[in-house]
Amino acid sequence: MSEKILRATLLLLALAIVCGAAVAADGSRLKLATTTSLQDSGLLDFIKQKFDEKYNVSLDVVSAGTGIAIQYGERGDVDVLMVHDKERELKFIKDGHGLERRCIAYNYFYIVGPKSDPAGIKDMNASAALAVIMEKGKADPSKIMFVSRGDGSGTHAREKLLWKAAGYNYSWVNTSGPWYIESGQGMGATLNMANEKQAYTLTDTSTFMAYQGNLTLVPLVENGADLLNVYVVMAVNPKKHPGVNCELANEFINYLVSDEGQQLIASYGQEKYGQSLFSPAKGNCALIGCSSAECAMPTNASCAMA
Amino acid sequence: MEEIWNGFVRAIELIITLNPEVVEITTRSLTISLSSAFIAALVCIPLGGLIEFRRFRGKRMLINVVQTLYSLPTVTVGLLVFLLISRSGPLGSFSLLFTPSGMILGQAVLVSPIMIGLTITALAAVNPQIKDTAKSLGATELQIIITVIKEARQAVIAAVLLGFGRALSEVGVAMMIGGNIRGYTRVLTTAIALETSMGNLELSMALGIILISISLVINLLLNRFQGR
Repeated sequence: MSEKILRATLLLLALAIVCGAAVAADGSRLKLATTTSLQDSGLLDFIKQKFDEKYNVSLDVVSAGTGIAIQYGERGDVDVLMVHDKERELKFIKDGHGLERRCIAYNYFYIVGPKSDPAGIKDMNASAALAVIMEKGKADPSKIMFVSRGDGSGTHAREKLLWKAAGYNYSWVNTSGPWYIESGQGMGATLNMANEKQAYTLTDTSTFMAYQGNLTLVPLVENGADLLNVYVVMAVNPKKHPGVNCELANEFINYLVSDEGQQLIASYGQEKYGQSLFSPAKGNCALIGCSSAECAMPTNASCAMA
Repeated sequence: MEEIWNGFVRAIELIITLNPEVVEITTRSLTISLSSAFIAALVCIPLGGLIEFRRFRGKRMLINVVQTLYSLPTVTVGLLVFLLISRSGPLGSFSLLFTPSGMILGQAVLVSPIMIGLTITALAAVNPQIKDTAKSLGATELQIIITVIKEARQAVIAAVLLGFGRALSEVGVAMMIGGNIRGYTRVLTTAIALETSMGNLELSMALGIILISISLVINLLLNRFQGR
């Protein structure tokens, strides 16, 4: 009995090693670190399918908040990033970790909440709405709550910007009482939590639409330049991190900014949700604040190591 | 209650229809955890034997430390191994992060304390006369260790199976080292975490039930080896 099991184990181990070696041998894997919103909305699975097929490679998607995704890039653990936090993107490039920044898609953030809207924020501007939620939440935290990502993600970064615009110091906001809840999780999990607690939260449009079926929350604030959400792709710099798959990263970027890639982004969601979840960047540069060089243009950044 | 029941029904459906993604994730889970348990066993059983048979200062203390590490949080092991194998870490040149091989390494580290500790316990329970007899017949230290391990094989195999069970059911290392990459490093536990966060509770339940079924089989094997 024990010998049989031992033999079976040995066989499996041999198999695992062979598979592992086969995987290690080919350079056709591209590691992409991305935000939870792009993964949870299903867009990346959709793109992966087409990209893998066309280039006969494997796009490995590691999904985390923008904060961690950028850290993976800074450590050289992934080949390419797809994130949405302009300030940190620019720093990433400036510090020499990234090659070029390319805007590929955009949509808007929503402030969502219970249908009854107990704080009465409907159609206010975003930072004014947050200020009202805070004021009323402090008065009655059992009825009015706000769930924050609290995880250093791009959405969390935007929330901080909005608090700043409303005239509050964030470190004061997030310690000001039980009305403010930090989930510390991805967008999908945070939406589920806000739904359970019938609380308000800030979300990107795409994840909200993808989850809408399971939620009773409704969008209450959905317009304004301060809610614009631009997704950017950047290859990790091989000069700083030798060993990254720069050529394939560039090919991936050029695929995303090509007419085919942009069309793919624009069409995603129409079949499943009846409307697009993302708008392509191409042709909307001025609107989304990307320079014409950054806006859905092919990259020809050099992959030379030295 | 309804969700739990629906999850159960869904699990049976997924298993009977051999849903390709579920089969793939389950096979990957088994392969990775079996490999990590096997590699850990190769190192830990001899190491446990050495600790048990050698006399040295601080032996009690060492055994205490090993036993404390049984409850090592999986995310701590994940973080430690992450820092080791990240491209910026000391083992970065092997490109192990976000690969199945990296996960095997991480899980092997995770289950090592249990395997070492339980091996020591198993060997300690062997009648000392066996050791003495082997010694008087002129056996070398290695031969003595092998003889005693053979004598305690049931308990040693139980230690390995327990390690395998911990590797299979942990989520911290798999998530941090594997990255939950679809079709590459996604295993049962990380798939459950993902599907739960996406609100697909029935599918999560179904995957959970598959995991529990595997654990049940391991336990049956375990009991068999322990002669119960």
